[in-house]
Amino acid sequence: MLINILFYVYAATLVGAALGVVLARNSVHSAMFLVLAFFTSSGLWLLLGAEFLAIVLVLVYVGAVMVLFLFVVMMLDINIAQMKEGFTRYAPLGALIALVVIAEIAYAVWYRPVDLNLLGAARVVEDPSNTHSLGTVLYTVYVYPFQLAAVLLLLAIVAAITLTMRQRPNLKKQDISAQVAVRKADRLQIVQVASEKRP
Amino acid sequence: MNSLARYYTSLDPALQFALLKGIEIVGVLLAVVISVAFMTLAERKVIGWMQGRIGPNRVTLFGIPFTDGWGQPFADVVKLLFKEIVLPASADRVLFLLAPMIALVPAFATWAVVPFSPSFVLADIDAGLLYILALTSLGVYGIILAGWATNSKYALLGALRSAAQIVAYEIAMGFALVGVLMVSGSLNLSKIVLSQSGPFGWNVIWLAPLAVIYFISGIAETNRAPFDVAEGESEIVAGFHVEYSGATFATLFALPEYANMILIATLTSVMFFGGWLSPFDGYLGADSLLAQPSFVWLFAKIVFFLFCFLWFRATFPRYRYDQIMRLGWKVFIPLTLVWIFVEGLMVYWHVGPWRH
Repeated sequence: MLINILFYVYAATLVGAALGVVLARNSVHSAMFLVLAFFTSSGLWLLLGAEFLAIVLVLVYVGAVMVLFLFVVMMLDINIAQMKEGFTRYAPLGALIALVVIAEIAYAVWYRPVDLNLLGAARVVEDPSNTHSLGTVLYTVYVYPFQLAAVLLLLAIVAAITLTMRQRPNLKKQDISAQVAVRKADRLQIVQVASEKRP
Repeated sequence: MNSLARYYTSLDPALQFALLKGIEIVGVLLAVVISVAFMTLAERKVIGWMQGRIGPNRVTLFGIPFTDGWGQPFADVVKLLFKEIVLPASADRVLFLLAPMIALVPAFATWAVVPFSPSFVLADIDAGLLYILALTSLGVYGIILAGWATNSKYALLGALRSAAQIVAYEIAMGFALVGVLMVSGSLNLSKIVLSQSGPFGWNVIWLAPLAVIYFISGIAETNRAPFDVAEGESEIVAGFHVEYSGATFATLFALPEYANMILIATLTSVMFFGGWLSPFDGYLGADSLLAQPSFVWLFAKIVFFLFCFLWFRATFPRYRYDQIMRLGWKVFIPLTLVWIFVEGLMVYWHVGPWRH
């Protein structure tokens, strides 16, 4: 009963937030609606008992990806009127794509092969600790694909950093390690000057 | 009273649970808010003493003698609430007012999984550590949105500085917690505390580098001195909260910042210093009064770390921004990685008190 109420509240919020992402005029507002959408879908996953996935969704998407996204969006200088210029030209294409997506969703909802109970679908895990069971599977059965994915991500990080590593030659910049490692003897020379004799 | 009890037991069990938890939540939140209020007083007093000043000493607590200055937090609250909230003409109104609330929510919600004593924790969930990581990573939104919605150069600069800094130090914090996870073998905070029992059981003994990195990253995460460049008043006026006034200033700046400070102090004690375990646990006999686990020990540890926050603020000059970034990315993250590797070897060769 309580779970059903929560489900409908979350679902309605999710749909509203998703609409907000598309319809908001301000791109920062759109990004914030997307944050809300991630948050509510994580709530839905919690209701299904998938606590690990729910928390990781918030941790990765809301905590890291969307922060950087918001960064970029905040820096944009968008002219709304200019953006809307080609609307009539692209409207049929957009409508077509929307129709295809709606048709796919409708097919999945009405002609699903097994009779899914959407409210209690995944809540049949024997191990109450979702995190533990996921970890067990990831590090035994799927250990090689998992490691491969990790290496791929590392590759992406290295590649992204390499792209920004261009440097002008003869650029004057601080070497902080050298600054920190400096000792008194390197910079300071104490000279013993013979004092002059009194006349 | 009797009829109230009868009414309570006649309710639906789910509703009873919700009611009980609601009262507990209100109690914890009240405790946090009152701690925040007195933390502001303690900050001014302690730094005052360190600098040879007196600090606030005018407002007494309801006129009780010898409480000079104790009423200052309440006077401040009343002052802030009655001040006018100024909305800058070019600000994004909705986000400008929403940002303080967004900053407030994660600062409070994280307390749900903190184990206060052997028997009291609001939500004893299995993925407690992940929950903390997820919610603390949300705190940055309030600052970014405040900086952007204000529509001012200084606020935006402060927001960008703060966001980059928080993202950088979050990684080091996460890695430090990975070390804790490897030792305790559980994401549940109560189990993490329990795994530290016995002589030489505290994580700080075996994971000292991680403990230090966690606490310093925590200071950077909360934008406290010496890492408070987000509000560096000598460079960017006051950073992300330039245009905030009155109640919005209090909820955007004071409440989340101090609540997060208390939270970092609490988490450092829970993760590395045995939480509610007694420091004499395992040295004195198990039936000794001093060896009993209780909230008192946790409280003492929290107070010590909060004092460290103030101590650092009074002692260290502000870091330069590029040095902050260097410390986060090039010093802390490699250090945590190295220590996680060392820890793996220690577990493999059964060095230390770990059985798995």
